[in-house]
Amino acid sequence: MAQSLAKEFTKGLWAEIPPFRLVLGLCPTLAVTKSVENGIGMGLATTFVLVFSNLLISLLRNVIPTKVRIACYIVIIATFVTIVELVMQAYTYPLFLKLGIFIPLIVVNCIVLGRAEAFASKNNPVMALADGLGIGIGFTLSLASLGAVREILGAGTITIWGGSPIFDMSNWFHPFTFMVEAPGAFAALGLMLAGMNLIGKK
Amino acid sequence: MEFFELAIGSIFINNIILAQFLGICPFIGTSKKMETAVGMSMAVVFVMVMAGMITWSVDTFLLKALNVEYLRTLSFILVIASLVQFVEMFLKKSIPGLYAGLGIFLPLITTNCAVMGACLLNIGNEYHFTKALMSSFSYAIGFGLALILFAGVRERVNLGPVPKPLQDTSIGLVTAGIIALTFTSFRGMV
Repeated sequence: MAQSLAKEFTKGLWAEIPPFRLVLGLCPTLAVTKSVENGIGMGLATTFVLVFSNLLISLLRNVIPTKVRIACYIVIIATFVTIVELVMQAYTYPLFLKLGIFIPLIVVNCIVLGRAEAFASKNNPVMALADGLGIGIGFTLSLASLGAVREILGAGTITIWGGSPIFDMSNWFHPFTFMVEAPGAFAALGLMLAGMNLIGKK
Repeated sequence: MEFFELAIGSIFINNIILAQFLGICPFIGTSKKMETAVGMSMAVVFVMVMAGMITWSVDTFLLKALNVEYLRTLSFILVIASLVQFVEMFLKKSIPGLYAGLGIFLPLITTNCAVMGACLLNIGNEYHFTKALMSSFSYAIGFGLALILFAGVRERVNLGPVPKPLQDTSIGLVTAGIIALTFTSFRGMV
């Protein structure tokens, strides 16, 4: 039990890490990773929704009729997204403004619905919780690393939650704004995906 | 003139895929063949315009009137999901030709964030009804334009000798980056 639990948790961190291994949820991945800070914020919001929707769907898996299951999942997910939205408006308003419409759009993030359908609806609540947490943390790490690549190349520094930069490379090379703009997002993700393929496939 | 500017802005400058990053999943998923790209684009134009009108009305006459704006996310996704279901049944019954063409792309649209994103953008920009309708239509055309362009390029790229780790999605994303770069040159237009 403990072993399989650990397996479900760790698969989200490497073997099935979204969005690199599971190519899902690309919209927020590309849109919010202008900086590490935004990436972490978006990742944590998604993790919250993922964990609680997985838990609830798993608890209700024998109650929900198969025919209308997708609609039920969407209502459950939308409820948790609304909670995240209201909490972020109350406590982290500047971050909420930066992430903009991508917070309500967690509803249509294929990762959340995908885990509900593929995992939570077939497994017990503890397993579903481990799966949600693993995939969520994996997603947060991916967004943070993509954010780091883009922020370093595009701005030369990394700044988290205001204050002075915690990492500064702007003296070493001239930062190119291409990376923090839209085209750079596609190119950076494509090249990171290639890197992952290079490491992963033996 | 105002509408013309809005249309050019939404199609080219703020292209929903290449500048706003909405609807990337179908953009990558349905662009391997030109045929599927055309089917998806048509389905999106159809649903996005209808969803734009209905969500605008729901927001104005229901949510704002009753002062329950915090239910926006929940109600919009329900409206879009049921709209897609309804459109599917309606087309199957009355326009079988179009249904056969759009076929499998219709159910996929529920989780297409471009549709919901366009609706939320209309509300966020506080457009009135005609403007919201116009902007939904322009966003949908922009979506189709980007998807069809990308599918054409991708068909050619996949014929070439692509290095193994870069194959498929990876080279697709880099290609999309280059297309996005060409779209940035529209910025000075309006």
